[in-house]
Amino acid sequence: MWGVIRQKTQSIRPAFSAIRHFSSAAKEITVREALNTALDEEMSADPKVFLMGEEVGEYQGAYKISKGLLDKYGPDRVLDTPITEAGFAGIGVGAAYYGLRPVVEFMTFNFSMQAIDHIINSAAKSNYMSAGQISVPIVFRGPNGAAAGVGAQHSQCYASWYASCPGLKVLTPYSSEDARGLLKAAIRDPDPVVFLENELLYGESFPVSAEVLDSSFCLPIGKAKIEREGKDVTITAYSKMVGFALKAAEILAKEGISAEVINLRSIRPLDRSTINTSVRKTNRLVTVEEGFPQHGVGAEICTSVIEESFGYLDAPVERIAGADVPMPYAANLERMAVPQIEDIVRAAKRACHRSVPLVAAA
Amino acid sequence: MSFTATKFAPSPLPLSSTTPRSNDKPLSFSFDHSKANPSSSSFLGSTRKLLRFRAPAKPRSSSPVAAVLLQQTSNLLITKEEGLELYEDMILGRFFEDKCAEMYYRGKMFGFVHLYNGQEAVSTGFIKLLKKEDYVVSTYRDHVHALSKGVSSRAVMSELFGKATGCCRGQGGSMHMFSKEHNMLGGFAFIGEGIPVATGAAFSSKYRREVLNQADADQVTLAFFGDGTCNNGQFYECLNMAALWKLPIVFVVENNLWAIGMSHLRATSDPQIWKKGPAFGMPGVHVDGMDVLKVREVAKEAIGRARRGEGPTLVECETYRFRGHSLADPDELRDPAEKEYYAARDPITALKQYLAENNLASEQELKAIEKKIDEILDDAVEFADNSPLPPRSQLLENVFADPKGFGIGPDGKYRCEDPKFTEGTAQV
Ligand SMILES: Cc1ncc(C[n+]2csc(CCOP(=O)(O)OP(=O)(O)O)c2C)c(N)n1
Ligand SMILES: [Mg+2]
Repeated sequence: MWGVIRQKTQSIRPAFSAIRHFSSAAKEITVREALNTALDEEMSADPKVFLMGEEVGEYQGAYKISKGLLDKYGPDRVLDTPITEAGFAGIGVGAAYYGLRPVVEFMTFNFSMQAIDHIINSAAKSNYMSAGQISVPIVFRGPNGAAAGVGAQHSQCYASWYASCPGLKVLTPYSSEDARGLLKAAIRDPDPVVFLENELLYGESFPVSAEVLDSSFCLPIGKAKIEREGKDVTITAYSKMVGFALKAAEILAKEGISAEVINLRSIRPLDRSTINTSVRKTNRLVTVEEGFPQHGVGAEICTSVIEESFGYLDAPVERIAGADVPMPYAANLERMAVPQIEDIVRAAKRACHRSVPLVAAA
Repeated sequence: MSFTATKFAPSPLPLSSTTPRSNDKPLSFSFDHSKANPSSSSFLGSTRKLLRFRAPAKPRSSSPVAAVLLQQTSNLLITKEEGLELYEDMILGRFFEDKCAEMYYRGKMFGFVHLYNGQEAVSTGFIKLLKKEDYVVSTYRDHVHALSKGVSSRAVMSELFGKATGCCRGQGGSMHMFSKEHNMLGGFAFIGEGIPVATGAAFSSKYRREVLNQADADQVTLAFFGDGTCNNGQFYECLNMAALWKLPIVFVVENNLWAIGMSHLRATSDPQIWKKGPAFGMPGVHVDGMDVLKVREVAKEAIGRARRGEGPTLVECETYRFRGHSLADPDELRDPAEKEYYAARDPITALKQYLAENNLASEQELKAIEKKIDEILDDAVEFADNSPLPPRSQLLENVFADPKGFGIGPDGKYRCEDPKFTEGTAQV
């Protein structure tokens, strides 16, 4: 279309196939590769899937998630849009009404603010308003959460914003396995999915099994994953904070505290059952998120535990969140505004130590 | 290269698809045509630099044009003092950004840093005509707009270093330069977002004059933004309201042909942005944005119009950025021939030549300006480097206008001194 100058790009597929064919031992792929291969495979499996967004084509994606896809699928299925989030998000919804499966990339989720009308009003509510006549199989995806050094407008977590809206499914991958399995699930799902990636994780490598690399691999939506088993305290986290929680758990282990780390994977639906089962075992809960504390994911998890497992709690629930301020630019202030591993460690210890006298008394 | 409107540097690129616009009939256009010499027009619209891309099939010459036809330079366009002021401001913009690149690579600043190199004629050409009370609203590419508006190099550099002495005490950063003192209303990092805010600033001037009877409220607002932004709805919404309410604003489009890696031609059904002015009932003007004197002529008219209460103007400045979109951009998609074409039209070189050819400034005078700016920037870097980091207390202070009750508790203590507050558990 329009005489595009196509950049020469190598496809990243060969690397991936090599992994698949030569060994079943654990291999590592980056989150970026996981997302790229998931998109690639779903586009190749279903011609109704197309990708649309700013710089997804010739530029290969602002964060190179769509690398090679323009070359492979052409400009009719990999569409570079003008900078008009409200416009192209709405166009995506309209296309999804009539059977297509758009994947709409926001260069970052911050910019979805200009499209939020269509995400909430057009995508999330249509199935209900039309009494089930019109479903909206669309995926809104892109990097979300605190980035580094970019100030208040470019550094924010939208998980709780979108998760408070009925009609949306909200997924938050952490590892390469999550990224592949959840993105495939999102694309195949008949409902609108908000898919929150994290820029700072794109380059991270994770081991993946042969099963994860299989093109049929898919994860269930609404199911959390226990990343690490433990018995003293439950730590819930999503996206980048799962890595922080795992590091905190290692530190805690050295001090004799055994933490169970739950990777939520899905913020809506929320896997209440996995969370509550864990809390009933450990009797203590620390929730971790990067977003603002008020009305956040932690608040929702806390409610769920109070409703279902109140009698099992041996300590007040601890909530770790970003500071209740817009993100400052200065590096020293920025560090104070986002949760750190030490914060998680301290909160977990507080939860455990507070209960010590009680246990002793019992 | 001279600054007469009649000469264009010969293009290294094939000129096949351009249509001279001199046949076009100017529409109701309130700029002064009496001095214009239509036969001297070589206005080519936006098509010129897009030559190397396969041009869209549609001819671009059909609609009425409101082009600016400059007076022949029988009289000089500027005085010596003006010339030196413009030169100094452009050198400041250029050298400041070069310094930023250096400091970024040394790890002194972080995140997204978008530099303005190549576009100086627009900032200087417009902002140097403003009064201090006038407003400027910018984007993430805002350092140089802030400097032209009078924010000191020290304050901008310190902000970029994330220091407490920055113009926003290190809280805003590269993309968010605010200065109430200088009526610099921000760096807005989202596309299109600054345009309604600027329109609101213009609204406030009109409101103060007409509703609050403040006779001296004649401030003009300049909204700066890029070509890519002209595909965003907020642009059109504001053109409409500004024209509808005759607001004192100038919409200044810095058309540098690219929005990150998206060529303007691939993003826009009709690439001539200035045309959108007449569609909303305001003049639309195209000007060579690599020529500070042409920009200044157009700016004078548009700012004057706004000041006189005659309403808004849309100005499309054809310009080019000499660096990548930001310091993180590999800049692989722009054609080297295109870059060379615009490099040859460097606005600073052009002004220098004009000053020399017209005996307005000697080589030594210009060198002295460059030396002065070098010193100012060395001082700014030293100042920023030696400035303190923002204290912890700053983190909560400015969430609301009154920090009491939020940043500062009933006991008068900063809430952020509570060790739990970075854990999100502190009550705020
Ligand atoms: C709403 C929104 N969407 C996307 C972006 C990401 N983005 C930043 S700059 C840019 C390109 C802007 O191009 P243009 O308006 O031509 O200005 P230039 O950078 O060329 O000065 C984009 C897409 C953004 N900042 N805001
Ligand atoms: Mg541009």
